[in-house]
Amino acid sequence: MALDASLRDAAGGTTRQSPSKPRLMRGLARSDQFFHVLTGSAALSVLLVLGAIIASLIVGAWPALSTFGLNFFVTESWNPVTEKFGAGAAIYGTLVTSVIAMVIAIPAGLGIAVFLTELCPKPLRSPIGTAIELLAGIPSIIYGVWGLFVLAPFVQTVIEPALMSTFGQVPVLASLFEGPPYGIGVLTAGIVLAIMVLPSITAVSRDVFATVPPMLKESAYGIGCTTWEVVRSIVIPYTRVGLLGAVMLGLGRALGETMAVTFVIGNAHRISPSLLAPGTTISATIANEYSEATGELYTSSVIALGLILFLMTFVVLAFARLMLARIERNAGK
Amino acid sequence: MADTQIVRPGYQRRRLVSSFMMGLAGVATCAGLAVLALILATLVVKGGAALSPAVFSQDTPPPGSDGGLRNAILGSLMMTALGTLIGAPIGILAGTYMAEYGRFSRLTQIVRFINDSLLSAPSIVIGLFVYTVMVRPMGHLSGWAGAVALAILVVPVVVRTTENMLLLVPDQLREAAHAMGLSRAYVIRNVTYRSAQAGIVTGLILAVARISGETAPLLFSALNSSFLSFDLNAPMASLPVVIFQFALSPYADWQRLAWAGALLITAAVLVLSLLARWLSKTEVGQ
Repeated sequence: MALDASLRDAAGGTTRQSPSKPRLMRGLARSDQFFHVLTGSAALSVLLVLGAIIASLIVGAWPALSTFGLNFFVTESWNPVTEKFGAGAAIYGTLVTSVIAMVIAIPAGLGIAVFLTELCPKPLRSPIGTAIELLAGIPSIIYGVWGLFVLAPFVQTVIEPALMSTFGQVPVLASLFEGPPYGIGVLTAGIVLAIMVLPSITAVSRDVFATVPPMLKESAYGIGCTTWEVVRSIVIPYTRVGLLGAVMLGLGRALGETMAVTFVIGNAHRISPSLLAPGTTISATIANEYSEATGELYTSSVIALGLILFLMTFVVLAFARLMLARIERNAGK
Repeated sequence: MADTQIVRPGYQRRRLVSSFMMGLAGVATCAGLAVLALILATLVVKGGAALSPAVFSQDTPPPGSDGGLRNAILGSLMMTALGTLIGAPIGILAGTYMAEYGRFSRLTQIVRFINDSLLSAPSIVIGLFVYTVMVRPMGHLSGWAGAVALAILVVPVVVRTTENMLLLVPDQLREAAHAMGLSRAYVIRNVTYRSAQAGIVTGLILAVARISGETAPLLFSALNSSFLSFDLNAPMASLPVVIFQFALSPYADWQRLAWAGALLITAAVLVLSLLARWLSKTEVGQ
């Protein structure tokens, strides 16, 4: 609407004045109008793409959603033979792997951000920051290959036995670490995800930490606070909205991450309380069906998974953006 | 030192807690760096051992025989180039609207919000989208579909960087040009673009780096082909998809090729990101 109004303005403005203007000026004005419309429609096309994605997913998912109804969200089975499909196991796996990733990546990411802003000697700051950000640039398929051939055997032979012997006797926790250590499973997928979202959590929280006014920190140091007390009582409370944004951004990435998880999760459509058991996520299920989905209901169920994933990540990411926009506005004041 | 310290109850304990927590922060940093080093070292060792001239001169083999990655490398280059060619102009123009004509319009705010959400949207969903709007109507997987999927991933990156870079250009520069009677379009193309050049190019490089490793969107659009092909209407091989299929296969020689491909992609992506970083740094330094 705003675009229409400003376009009309531009058009009206030029036609009214054009008779008195030399030809060159009229040419410039016309080319300006053209460029205005051109760039404006490019901006609109971004909205159109999003609209088209949502519309096509809803249309594609409709047969599955109307056949299975709300049961689609809780049904555990994914059976192409009987054509009974449900997203239950996939949604469960997505949530559990993301929680594991967050449990590991939030403290580690904040730790690195604190190290970079408070402790690190100046000359090392930029190289270490760059190195961590390079982690973010490595394609997810590489994490998948590395996770499958390097991390999974390590998890199987070192981490899982250690967890089992530590928590094996604790009443509730024991069920989390039951069963044989395959190395391939929900836990390994969570660890790979943690490594992948670490750089984005680190980078955003480091930038957010930089918005703390030095005077606040210096006053705290001045009354005798230790570095940790300054971080805990000044830096973190001051930036909590932004940190929430950083965490949600990482969560959004973790929910939607596909290839790395597909390699190490084992692709088993069942809900198991044990973190050592193979499972699946929404994205891994979709990726595994690329060559197999035949038949309308089958394909439609895959697209329905895509719709669920898209909406989930969209809500989380939108929330993250709102939080980060708020701290940006505060910093601007 | 000891006698100048003010003695307060609990001060030693507080300092101890502080050193402990800061120690943990240091440990987290070391762990992060160690993981990066470990991934790179594995890639260099395993991928380096598998690299040979044959990787570049032969096509992907059936299991059990020798071969290379020529068709996958070419396919990746073609689809990445096409995806960038389709996505970059849209991204640059949209970013231009947001920073110039529509700087204060409501449309810009909405587009910025949507664009940021698309920026981190799961790429597999983009693959599904292209599958429903291109592959199903056309009836077959194709290199074009792969390029379009990649283009959709290019747009948000380029929009973001273009808008930010154009906003960095001082308004005095624009006003000076307008004062000479030049139109907005002329000023944007010949003054603003020129001074934001390095930044916009940085955005393009980042976009290329991002899509050159993307696997998920290609699974549903271009998939794979074991032959060297320049036909964009047919399924087309790409490095990431070949790595995906070969690494998960039980054959040792396929796995070796997957490592070689992984090394090539990572090297390309890291070189591109470092280049982008260097470019943006020299720009700021000016």
